[in-house]
Amino acid sequence: MRVTLPFKAAAAPIAIEGEGEARPERVPRSSPWRLMLREFYESPVAVGALAVLVVLILAAVFAPWLTPQNPYDLRSIDLLDALLPPGETSMDGMVFHLGTDGQGRDMLSAMVYGLRVSIGVGVISCLIALVVGISVGLAAAFFGGWVETLLMRLVDLQLSMPSILVALMLVAILGQGVDKVVLALVIVQWAYFARTLRGSAMVERNKEYVEAAIGLDVGRLRVMFTHMLPNALPPLIVVASVQLASAIALEATLSFLGLGVPVTEPSLGMLIANGFQYLLSGRYWISVYPGLLLLVLIASLNLVGDQLRDVINPRNRR
Amino acid sequence: MARDLLKDFHQTAISAEGPPMTEVILRRFLQAILVVFAMSLFVFVGIYGIGNPVDLLVPEDMGPAARAEIISHLGLDRPLYIQYLTFLGNVLQGDFGNSFVYNTPALQLIMSRLPATLELAVAAMIISTIFAVPLGLWAGLRPKSISGRSIMVGSILGFSLPTFWVGLILILVFSIWLGWLPSSGRATGTVFGIETSFGSWQGIQHLLLPAFNLALFKLALIIRLVRAGVIEAMQMDYVRYAFAKGVSDRRVMLVHVLKNIMIPVVTVIGLELGTVIAFAVVTETIFAWPGTGKLIIDSIYQLDRPVIVAYLMIIVALFVFINFTVDMIYLILDPRARARMVGTA
Repeated sequence: MRVTLPFKAAAAPIAIEGEGEARPERVPRSSPWRLMLREFYESPVAVGALAVLVVLILAAVFAPWLTPQNPYDLRSIDLLDALLPPGETSMDGMVFHLGTDGQGRDMLSAMVYGLRVSIGVGVISCLIALVVGISVGLAAAFFGGWVETLLMRLVDLQLSMPSILVALMLVAILGQGVDKVVLALVIVQWAYFARTLRGSAMVERNKEYVEAAIGLDVGRLRVMFTHMLPNALPPLIVVASVQLASAIALEATLSFLGLGVPVTEPSLGMLIANGFQYLLSGRYWISVYPGLLLLVLIASLNLVGDQLRDVINPRNRR
Repeated sequence: MARDLLKDFHQTAISAEGPPMTEVILRRFLQAILVVFAMSLFVFVGIYGIGNPVDLLVPEDMGPAARAEIISHLGLDRPLYIQYLTFLGNVLQGDFGNSFVYNTPALQLIMSRLPATLELAVAAMIISTIFAVPLGLWAGLRPKSISGRSIMVGSILGFSLPTFWVGLILILVFSIWLGWLPSSGRATGTVFGIETSFGSWQGIQHLLLPAFNLALFKLALIIRLVRAGVIEAMQMDYVRYAFAKGVSDRRVMLVHVLKNIMIPVVTVIGLELGTVIAFAVVTETIFAWPGTGKLIIDSIYQLDRPVIVAYLMIIVALFVFINFTVDMIYLILDPRARARMVGTA
């Protein structure tokens, strides 16, 4: 079949077989996951994005200890400090590195807290959607027949509508609130996961180890979740990283339109919306900085996802 | 091995025959109708079934007798399925009810706003195609070069930029700092008896920022699509032969590569038109563009149910129509699609 092998690929296994355990340190142990990790590190852009992402997540988690001010605590906010440009100092000597908003809130603190809400809503909705999507995709691939037809029809129907429209429809029907936004995001996302997982699970379904497990009378659920799922997972990770980015963007969009999270828990999108009225009078910092933060967050997620896709996609294998 | 290949080939050839064309078209059509009905049920139950429209329609200080009269007049005392059937019957006659806010038929209201939205969507599509095809071509021809990689990283940024935030930045830079373009509203001029933004210089000025804002997201998508297509096409035998034959680079690019990758690109542009119309909601809100998107957001704020329902139904119908049309075009262009469509049905 394969006439010409690339020189390196042909040489490496021979070397391993020939020398056996003579020089074990020269042959890195290469589980598929480790190989992927190594390939991932080949792109400096992706590694940088991953580092940024880790910093942002840590900042969101430890927000109360990092920010100079608690933006929800009304006692620490002074209306006299409202609308100060970046770098100004407050009455009691605090420096507002990114300026203040209309209520005199330190923008930097508000942004870190907003990051918290944005990442929180995105991650929670993504996790729930993953559980739903995985179950549906696995069930479709495992059972086949009318179960598969029904489920996949539903997925097709869902995916034929743009996410913003579906989310808008749901928010119009359900009303506002964090739980409703999460629900809307779950409904928007589950179909992507279901379709991806069904695709990769179908491949696994026809492999011998699954046949063997069924033949050994291992329970259906066990075959699905402990045998098929781990092997069908890699493509889902890519989709999950990209979906998380789009979930965060969608939440921000809904909040900007005034249909997302309530005013008491301002996400980045809401901070940007709040700054819109001041933008026209030239006070750019209230909208621009939260937007930049949102951009960095979404872009680093997408960059990581993009590199993961290249690593996992077998077509790109050399 | 060659025989195996041949067998494979024959098998695909046989399965490509599929059922007759009319049957496929009919099945797809019925499916499309079914989807519209399912969505109408979903939207109706969602909007009318949850929450009580009476609270919205009847003033609070009204006596119980008058209240009951209004309820029975609106048919709200009847079971939900009868209400749905009445609603469906009215919708089939183009009657979505009157807007609570404007007191004009909801359908008429949406139709009067639709041209502005379509104009914006078309302008955005044109802008994104004009920019994206050359950029994608360049990135596809030199995928390893610095310029090619930069275009790709740039397109990821384009994906990541939240549309609404870009809109704000555009206003900040071009309206407030530079003062070149207006930040909101729409101006129209008349060309060939049609009122459109393209009719006057002022209209085009108003159109530029929102159209560019809306174009940005699709720009990134089309760049990636063109790039992937070019990379694939460059490895094809017909391109290599064309080069070997001594055809000029320019001609190979334009005739052999670009022409072939335009099929998927045009398909995506067609399919994405619906998405662009949906996304116009955001852009229209920022730039105060008087289209359907701004109307639906205002209606959600004001709980103007007939307008919400009418908008959702029209958009859903539009989507189903676009998908159906694209499928049909595929069916005519590519006989293999016929077998595939039935295979998954």
